[in-house]
Amino acid sequence: MKSETKTAQTLFRSDAMQRLMAFSALIVLSIGFSVASPYFRTFDNFVGILLATAVNGVLALGVTFVIITAGIDLSVGTVLTFSAVLTGVFITNWHLPIPLGILGGVLAGSLAGFVNGTLISRMKIPPFIATLGMLYATKGLSLVISELKPIYFNDTPAFREMAMGSILGKIIPGFEVPNAVFILFGAAIIANFILTRTVLGRYTFALGSNEEATRLSGVNVAAWKTAVYTLCGFFAGIGGVLMASRLNSAQPALGAGYELDAIAAVVIGGTSLSGGEGSILGTIIGAFIISTLTNGLRILSVPQEWQMVVTGGIVILAVFLDILRRRR
Amino acid sequence: MTLPNTSSENHEVLLRMEGVYKSFPGVQALSDARFELRYGEVHALVGENGAGKSTLMKILGGIYHMDAGQVYLEGRAVEIHSPRMAQDLGISIIHQELNLMPHLTIAQNIFIGREPRSKISFLMDDKTTNQQAENLFKLLNLQLDPTTKVSDLTVAKQQMVEIAKALSYNAKILVMDEPTAALTDTEIEELFSVIRQLREKGVGIVHISHRLEELKQISDRVTVMRDGKYIDTLQTQAAPINQIISLMVGRIIYESAPELPENPSQEVVLEVRNLNSGKLLKDVSFSLKRGEILGFAGLMGAGRTEVARAIFGADPYDSGEIYVKGQRVHIKSPGDAVSQGVGYLSEDRKRYGLALGMDVKENVAMAAMKKFLSWLGWVDFKRTAARGQEMVKALNIKTPSLEQKVKFLSGGNQQKVVVGKWLTADTDILIFDEPTRGIDVGAKSEIYKLLNDLAHQGKAIIMISSELPEVLRMSHRVVVMCEGRVTGVLNASEATQESIMKFATMRGSVVQASA
Repeated sequence: MKSETKTAQTLFRSDAMQRLMAFSALIVLSIGFSVASPYFRTFDNFVGILLATAVNGVLALGVTFVIITAGIDLSVGTVLTFSAVLTGVFITNWHLPIPLGILGGVLAGSLAGFVNGTLISRMKIPPFIATLGMLYATKGLSLVISELKPIYFNDTPAFREMAMGSILGKIIPGFEVPNAVFILFGAAIIANFILTRTVLGRYTFALGSNEEATRLSGVNVAAWKTAVYTLCGFFAGIGGVLMASRLNSAQPALGAGYELDAIAAVVIGGTSLSGGEGSILGTIIGAFIISTLTNGLRILSVPQEWQMVVTGGIVILAVFLDILRRRR
Repeated sequence: MTLPNTSSENHEVLLRMEGVYKSFPGVQALSDARFELRYGEVHALVGENGAGKSTLMKILGGIYHMDAGQVYLEGRAVEIHSPRMAQDLGISIIHQELNLMPHLTIAQNIFIGREPRSKISFLMDDKTTNQQAENLFKLLNLQLDPTTKVSDLTVAKQQMVEIAKALSYNAKILVMDEPTAALTDTEIEELFSVIRQLREKGVGIVHISHRLEELKQISDRVTVMRDGKYIDTLQTQAAPINQIISLMVGRIIYESAPELPENPSQEVVLEVRNLNSGKLLKDVSFSLKRGEILGFAGLMGAGRTEVARAIFGADPYDSGEIYVKGQRVHIKSPGDAVSQGVGYLSEDRKRYGLALGMDVKENVAMAAMKKFLSWLGWVDFKRTAARGQEMVKALNIKTPSLEQKVKFLSGGNQQKVVVGKWLTADTDILIFDEPTRGIDVGAKSEIYKLLNDLAHQGKAIIMISSELPEVLRMSHRVVVMCEGRVTGVLNASEATQESIMKFATMRGSVVQASA
């Protein structure tokens, strides 16, 4: 009998439990809003939620890796802007082929991540400070490069098609789910694969669990940490391209503040800020909780400022429940 | 117990360290240290706190770099620059604080940094990883599931994981720093049977321990260090424990007999009864009188600081009673302690005792801020400065001005500022945790004088110290602790280095047997 309670306890404390709790919260939210408003449960609104999650979701994927190493990346929001603006420069101003422009945008994000990683692992600047610096730097650079004006993709309609077109709609008429949603799911599957199957994923957990022990085991800690931040920048780059495609423009003033939504999604998804644990599935659920909440509250005509208050409450509640779970 | 043939007949030398010197800022940690290890030998390394055992082994492990000296491995001179290099040479160290990644599984921990890969080189092959871990456990007769998370294991099992990890590097030398400190008797037996197996395989094992009785059970030879120097190497079976102890503490006669006045008062100001706190403290009871300096001796991890922190309300305790001046008190926070007249001077002044960036007078006023507030609630600078001046004079604090930031003062003067802080808070019971740590010799005697004066003025003082000469010189009575228990209380007349060491190494089972 004693072992039974122990098993039950282990189950309660397990990471799976955290994800189950987050997932149940998402279901409860959806049911609640569906009951409250018939519009919430329409197909169009469902697609709207999926689409609204795409950018924040992709951003949060990269942040998940960083937070598992017990680090933080505050720059992903403006790195996203930076990538979007550069993509605009490449495609609209320089008339590069679309795939090359996209690649350039993603590489720009990765480069910013690499610089973050180098500052943190080689120059020993605390992640909070290094990425705060990068936040300002990329915000400024985006404005400089774009000369404060949005860059539109009106000459290249195919670019907008990338995120907003619907391959699924062509296969199954009526199911016009934008490609952006599938890009998010694709990116999540890749991220999950990297986190659970590759050496990079293993060292991501090891760094967050006990960095000194990892170093004493002969692992090149600085190199792998740099790789983690580069990966985070890579996902921010994808987010930037996605955002530009969705808006059919690169908006140099948009993006600041997105890092907070991304961090919130990761934290709601059960990734511990003290490092060593976390999952991609949790992060995706977390991102959906935030966008469902925003969407539902808007439909119920709750003013935007109150939506923020509720989101804030949810973040704190999620972490508090997680602390309770660990305490047992 | 008979030793296996390998160790008594095979005298080939596996490792020799000679003339090792190492200094840290302000401390000569090692001077002319020596060590020798044979194949298939368990070699115990003993000495008091700060004797240099761990430092010597960290040099062997590539964590520290020696200032001078030679290391010969299997007859060849080697230079060890990094932990990785030590590993490659077959040297594995299991540190006192275990170096595992609690969130990863056992197998993942063992193979960190050299994970078996699948055909595509950046993918891990977890099946092979687990299989190899399983094979390793079979070799060592360990009952472990490679897929268990390390955080779910007991300390003893975690240690087994560390040993398995060390061996998976084909270690020829295994250094274990205090491996038994956190283990129960049965777990120690398990550990020893693994060590014996390794010995039979020819592995050289260095066993650092404070538990002298257990050396007889497991070690072949014992090397004693003192003050960073090599003292002697003995055959364990032939060496009586008393001889080892006297080599550890040395024969140096420290300065004169205690200059303490006879303690006049019989009034008990603090009484602690049956204090328990998890595994850290077990049934700790003692009393403290007005004007008395009560020394607390014991080895590192004996629970002395834990007692102090519990009394001071810095850590919670499970059960027990605390009486201040005959009144039962419930101290739940340092704030409560201060209002009951208890002050605690931490061993880590810089972290817990001082606000380094603030100046002398502000630090002096800090624990009694209420006294320096004007009726409207702001700080009365005149009164703060006056009090600061008073303390600088009374305690002979050497500072250019009251506005000097305390981080620029010497260790001894910083300690005096902390004392001034508690005097200002009017605490009658002062707990000094390692009052002279990091303080140079000249300033030490000033601190001793200060302690004497405080006792003279009727303060009751608990002095936790790891330096036996200091305990002997400064205490009216000495409480000796070992593994969370009080193993002995000695009067100044009975206390000697030998008697204190005997109680300090007296393990729980021995106490129970003799009780």
